[in-house]
Amino acid sequence: MKLSVADLKRCVGCQLCMFACSRRSGEGGLINSCIEVRSQGGISKGFTIVVCAACGDPPCAKVCPTGALIVRDKGGVRLDSAKCIGCGNCKNACIIDAVFWNEDENKPEICIHCGVCAKYCPLDVLAYH
Amino acid sequence: MQEHDSLNNVLYIDLSKKSFRIENRRDLFEKYIGGTGVATQLLHENCKEGTDPYDPSSPVILAVGPLTGVLPLASKTVAMYKSPLTGDLGESHAGGRSAVAIRMAGYGAVVITGKCDFPVYLSIQHNKVFFRDATTLWGMRSRFTAARVMREREKFPGLRAIMRIGQAGERMVAYASVTTETYRHFGRLGLGAVFGSKMLKGIVISGKRSIPVTDRKAFRNLYDEVYKAAVDSPVMKKYHDLGTAENIGKLNAINGLPTMNLKQSSIEGIDNITGETIAQHFLVRRFFCAHCPVSCIHVATLREPYEDDPYFYKTTFVGYDYELIYSLGTMLGITDVNKLLVLIDKVEELSIDAMSTGVVMAWATEMQEKGMIGEKETDGIVLKWGDHLAYSEFLKKIIRQPNEFYEAVARGVDHASSVFGGREFSMAFGKNEMPGYHTGPAAYIGYLIGARHSHLDNAGYSLDINELINAPLDAKTIIDKLIEEESLRQVLSSIAICFFARGIYKIDLVSRALAFMGYPYQKEELMEIGRKIHAEKFRFKVREGFSYRNQNIPERIYETKDPTGLIRKELIHEALEYFGKRMGVEV
Repeated sequence: MKLSVADLKRCVGCQLCMFACSRRSGEGGLINSCIEVRSQGGISKGFTIVVCAACGDPPCAKVCPTGALIVRDKGGVRLDSAKCIGCGNCKNACIIDAVFWNEDENKPEICIHCGVCAKYCPLDVLAYH
Repeated sequence: MQEHDSLNNVLYIDLSKKSFRIENRRDLFEKYIGGTGVATQLLHENCKEGTDPYDPSSPVILAVGPLTGVLPLASKTVAMYKSPLTGDLGESHAGGRSAVAIRMAGYGAVVITGKCDFPVYLSIQHNKVFFRDATTLWGMRSRFTAARVMREREKFPGLRAIMRIGQAGERMVAYASVTTETYRHFGRLGLGAVFGSKMLKGIVISGKRSIPVTDRKAFRNLYDEVYKAAVDSPVMKKYHDLGTAENIGKLNAINGLPTMNLKQSSIEGIDNITGETIAQHFLVRRFFCAHCPVSCIHVATLREPYEDDPYFYKTTFVGYDYELIYSLGTMLGITDVNKLLVLIDKVEELSIDAMSTGVVMAWATEMQEKGMIGEKETDGIVLKWGDHLAYSEFLKKIIRQPNEFYEAVARGVDHASSVFGGREFSMAFGKNEMPGYHTGPAAYIGYLIGARHSHLDNAGYSLDINELINAPLDAKTIIDKLIEEESLRQVLSSIAICFFARGIYKIDLVSRALAFMGYPYQKEELMEIGRKIHAEKFRFKVREGFSYRNQNIPERIYETKDPTGLIRKELIHEALEYFGKRMGVEV
């Protein structure tokens, strides 16, 4: 199963996906969110969604000095938190800015392609197949 | 109230000293929840009796609630200040990203006092406040530049709220707004002018954090319950589909839509500007408030040809809703969508309250029509119902204020009519220009007694349309119902949800939601808190000279046909007397 942006033009910028992603921790707020909705340079121009593209050969994993990012079979990575030293290389390597940062823990927030964000998108902007 | 919830943090900013401090005010949030309840107390604490709204010491308070960033539809920021329009309680609510951004930055409230000695915008990021020089932005006509500069120079795209004033606020027009996220406003009572008096061009605020809950399972379940209701219920769907503009045709059909300064309550050609027509032919996009799935914000496209170049067009995206179609449309005799959108766009550009502006211009039109003012006063403008170009010129002069007439107009229609006459058709209540509901006596009583003199205080129009249209009620019953509704709404604006969601956030759901945020309040306790907050707001109003008896009630409301046929002077006066008794005020 993989997450994708099915129709960006339907996006109204409500951020429900961001809250859904962060809520996996059981708490409110946005700190754990691995997805972000931004305006395309001002609200009136519409929105863009920043989320992990599940690269087959992920640049974020290549630059991890401790092997904390493990490449998944279907693309993308998963984080072995115990190995992560919080250097931020992965964040810098992702050219679409889809590696988010948890300031409280000083560790990356990595999309696991669970699809919970798509489930809470009221307008079917996101798809999970 | 959870001990470690960052909601307890109040950020105090002093623009004179360019300093800030953070205080833990759990005492306030525990007792008054947040939003309106906490902001009212902060206003009492920080605004001395008789303070001029433009005095540097006059505070601006922004507050959010415990459910902000936790549950959907808790998306409003409550602003409180002393209103330069009414001289007493100023309260405006706005959505956009403002509420979530304030909560995510780690605050329950922000209190801004002082005055900067040069134009400034504030960048609030977590526990830091930066005072940025905004000299270059001050006086700039383009509404997009200020927002773009703040957007490009500050961090955290996607999470920020960008609030800013326009020329109306800079020139201290008493009904200037603060705009957030391009299409949302802290409107009505002149927050923009208070920003202007402080040389405060805008605020950009952002952050990212988690918010603890005491019971994760209860939180998840209630989240899904609210989400499902928001997405599935027909009540919310209405706001999504056509938005509030849906009511234009409906109110026109029952003679409840103020038209041409309320000389009439319906207008010919209404089909051109109903919510349905605009949606079919002009709607291009809907927008959000953060953490709300409804997307009630409707944006139309305005395509204006350039006269000097064939097939060359200026295309603008213009937000619209019921109140804008009323105030800048029917109230001015405009029933052409393009003309209406041109005016709305001008109003947006200046960041000025649309309702007040429309009412002021409608009064001026009738004054000129009756020969009570001439071109000397209007500085050469001939106002005519439906003439949007004349109104566009008039708008510019409200900002520039070239003579005494425009100086008076910039202080609101109540003030302008007290100088130039036309009190009997000066459509303001409690000095606030009327909203678009000529639905019956409860609407007007509601405007007169409401803490903000706004239709949102107690929804008198709803009482008219749902009850009085069928059978009359006596003055006491009307007042009792309005006070009950206004008290309940204090609870809703203290948890800081959108009033559109009041059908979902019933009081027992509010009680269940607050439980996992650490508030053990049962239904009746919540209602009691609501009544207390309502009383506290009145304490402020009365302290600042508000009198429910000495209000100008324009005769016009008794003359124009309404859906109930019950708008009578005796009923309204009897209601006001009884209201005074119930609230325990003598004035």
